[in-house]
Amino acid sequence: MNPSTESFLSPYRFLDLTDDRGFLCGKILSSLGAEIIKIEPPGGDASRLANHLYQSDSSNEHENSLFWFAYNQGKKGITLNLQSQDGKALFKRLASTAHGIIESFSPGYLDSLGLGYTVLTQNNPGLIFTSITPFGQDGPYKDWNAPDIVGMALGGYMYLCGDPDRAPVRISYPQAYLHAAGEAAVGTLIALYHWINTGEGQLVDVSMQESVAMLMFNSRGYWELDKTLISRQGPRRTGLSSGAIQRQTWPCRDGFVTFVVMAGTTGAKTNQALVQWMGEDGMADEYLRSIDWAIFDMATAGQEFHDEVEARIGRFFLKHTRDELTEGAMKRRIMLYPVATVGDLLINPQLLARNYWTPIAHPELGTTVTYPGPFIKSSPTPCVTGHRAPLVGEHNEEVYSKELGLSQPEMVELRRRGII
Amino acid sequence: MSKQVFEGLKVADFSWAIVGPVVARYLGDHGATVVRVESATRPDIVRASPPFKDKVAGINRSAYYTNYNSSKYSLSLNMDLPQARDVARRLAVWSDVVIESMAPGVIKGWGLGYDDLQTLKPDLIMMSTSNLGQTGPLASMVGFGTQLVSQAGFTHLTGWPDREPAQPYAAYTDMLAPGFGTSALIGALEYRRRTGKGQYLDLSQLEGGLHFLASLFLDYQINGVEARRDGNRSTDAAPHGAYRCRGEDRWCAIAVDSTASWQVFKSQIIGVAWVNDPRFAILQGRKANEDEMDKLVEAWTIEQTAEEVMMRLQAVRVAAGVVKNARDILEDPQLSHRRHYRTLNHPEIGPHTYDYPPFHMSRTPAEIRNAPCLGEHNEFVIKELLGMSDEEYVELLVSGALE
Repeated sequence: MNPSTESFLSPYRFLDLTDDRGFLCGKILSSLGAEIIKIEPPGGDASRLANHLYQSDSSNEHENSLFWFAYNQGKKGITLNLQSQDGKALFKRLASTAHGIIESFSPGYLDSLGLGYTVLTQNNPGLIFTSITPFGQDGPYKDWNAPDIVGMALGGYMYLCGDPDRAPVRISYPQAYLHAAGEAAVGTLIALYHWINTGEGQLVDVSMQESVAMLMFNSRGYWELDKTLISRQGPRRTGLSSGAIQRQTWPCRDGFVTFVVMAGTTGAKTNQALVQWMGEDGMADEYLRSIDWAIFDMATAGQEFHDEVEARIGRFFLKHTRDELTEGAMKRRIMLYPVATVGDLLINPQLLARNYWTPIAHPELGTTVTYPGPFIKSSPTPCVTGHRAPLVGEHNEEVYSKELGLSQPEMVELRRRGII
Repeated sequence: MSKQVFEGLKVADFSWAIVGPVVARYLGDHGATVVRVESATRPDIVRASPPFKDKVAGINRSAYYTNYNSSKYSLSLNMDLPQARDVARRLAVWSDVVIESMAPGVIKGWGLGYDDLQTLKPDLIMMSTSNLGQTGPLASMVGFGTQLVSQAGFTHLTGWPDREPAQPYAAYTDMLAPGFGTSALIGALEYRRRTGKGQYLDLSQLEGGLHFLASLFLDYQINGVEARRDGNRSTDAAPHGAYRCRGEDRWCAIAVDSTASWQVFKSQIIGVAWVNDPRFAILQGRKANEDEMDKLVEAWTIEQTAEEVMMRLQAVRVAAGVVKNARDILEDPQLSHRRHYRTLNHPEIGPHTYDYPPFHMSRTPAEIRNAPCLGEHNEFVIKELLGMSDEEYVELLVSGALE
């Protein structure tokens, strides 16, 4: 191993059989330096054909899903038909070279192919086998159909989001399976840590619904302890104090900002600093200036109090632009942030100063694309950036021929028969 | 019971609120010795937040706090006092991993910065986590996930296109960062095992969180498309939304994402003509007439309970799910089957539930112990873990350092 390229997980290999419900797990391990081999059916994953396409006139429809690019970046890619006898045999050989497998098939599918955990551990007893599914491997919903919106609903988070006079909403970008895949990365690494210490492998059975259920914050406890049902309040929220509804997201002159009146030492500082600033603008009246934020108690502040304060703060925000408010908040240590758009984030000064955005070459497209960068900054071993997502079967030669030692005639034959 | 994965691993958790505590919780639930360092003089904002037992505020009465701090010991230290800082330093040197989430710079002021600690313990692994990271022009910008969710783009993407944004509930980004932070921490432990070298990890919750929107940044650069909130709509599916059902604020999410699925969905809606309207036969037609179609779908769902709609559609493999509220999820048959909620009897709150990790490990399952009361383990930590004497412990107690 070359020390200059050695990262956290350099010695480890995982086979990634996931679809778009599990890509992020392997992507996290890949950023930490593990070798991730994405295995697709010959011709490529179905998920290559969807989700934000790269220019609609692109000549190769399998090489233009931006979702696929984003979550498979840094992985190697091979093709393999798992339903054929030779394909199964090859997969078993590959599985004996890997520390783990990450998959997102329906419960029981790999077992039905004869490629389940029990079979694979015959040749590789220490194998880690991570499954990402909507509901886990067992239980009454295990075979249910659950795309993102159904996941956000059944996990409980959706009920908390949206305007009170309309239906609950999901976030307008699929989140449920990203949560599951993030949890899967943690579970897989805990299992790897155990394997390193003991040589023992295991199953890691991840449920998307349970991953979404982690997002309930204080609302589950509110029901359990208080029999209070927290519900969606649009740009406002409840749950910080006893019953009062508070604004969190506010219109300003050219957009929206987020600021929440909070209690405690931290809240006192930020509230006081905002009142001070409003005073300099001639917008802090006697009512506002007379509030002693040091003794302000969320538990006793009623709706009327919040309404009075918010009417004043709201007028102040409307007078200023998002940039003025953000810059002023920064200088005055006020807990206020802008409601950013995707475009805003690409030019965010903090992200630029930290070199977050990462250009990655796509030679086939004749361009370089900017990706979200390392999810953590670390020293002495930074995250690995890696290359663009693999083309369909890009590493077949490297894996099957160089590593497993298949001859050229064998490769040609496997290709002809649609196995790779 | 086989040995837990992280048995023997020592973690000093100087963090607060949600992200740092959740990272440390993953380690504690899998056997690490985690000492959560807190103070009565500056209580963790989550300890000070409801829901409280019997609606009475109290430092050990918040079920918000307990859920993020299972399987930990609590040491209370008043960091304004030099004796407390000395204990904190000893604890950091005792530990394999230090986690902190103060505003950038605070921990350095206490003499607990990575540079200080590394001279005392060269192979220390330390993770700092904050909204925007430890460096850069906005590093010192204060805030919680409650505000960061907007800076990170999620607020703009939530709600209705004809309305102002509806901020996702609570501190959404706080539940994005822990997976990244914990993965990197375990990676750092493994790197240390191989090389003997420690690590400093700077987890910006913004930088982690943006991976939950990754392809939107590509779409904007390449196609000039800037994502916006779109209610519950999807470009690839219709019907796609939450439809009102019988009862008070009851809804069922439905997603029809293929022609085959539409045919099956249609077959469930008996005795109405509209389902055979040729305008709705293909996705493009349903998208073009979506407002009208949604009203027709809702006229069907409103006659049934959300559970009936879900069971009926799932029976024929059409994606549907009750929009479950907190009461519903506590009674959810699948979550019950999976034993997702574990009830522990907390000394002040009494029996209440904790989330079990969403990944179930066949050989080394997580084992959840109660979250600690503030300072509950002061004597144990000072004497047993740090090996200080009775006398030293009493001195600390008298000095007020353990408050």
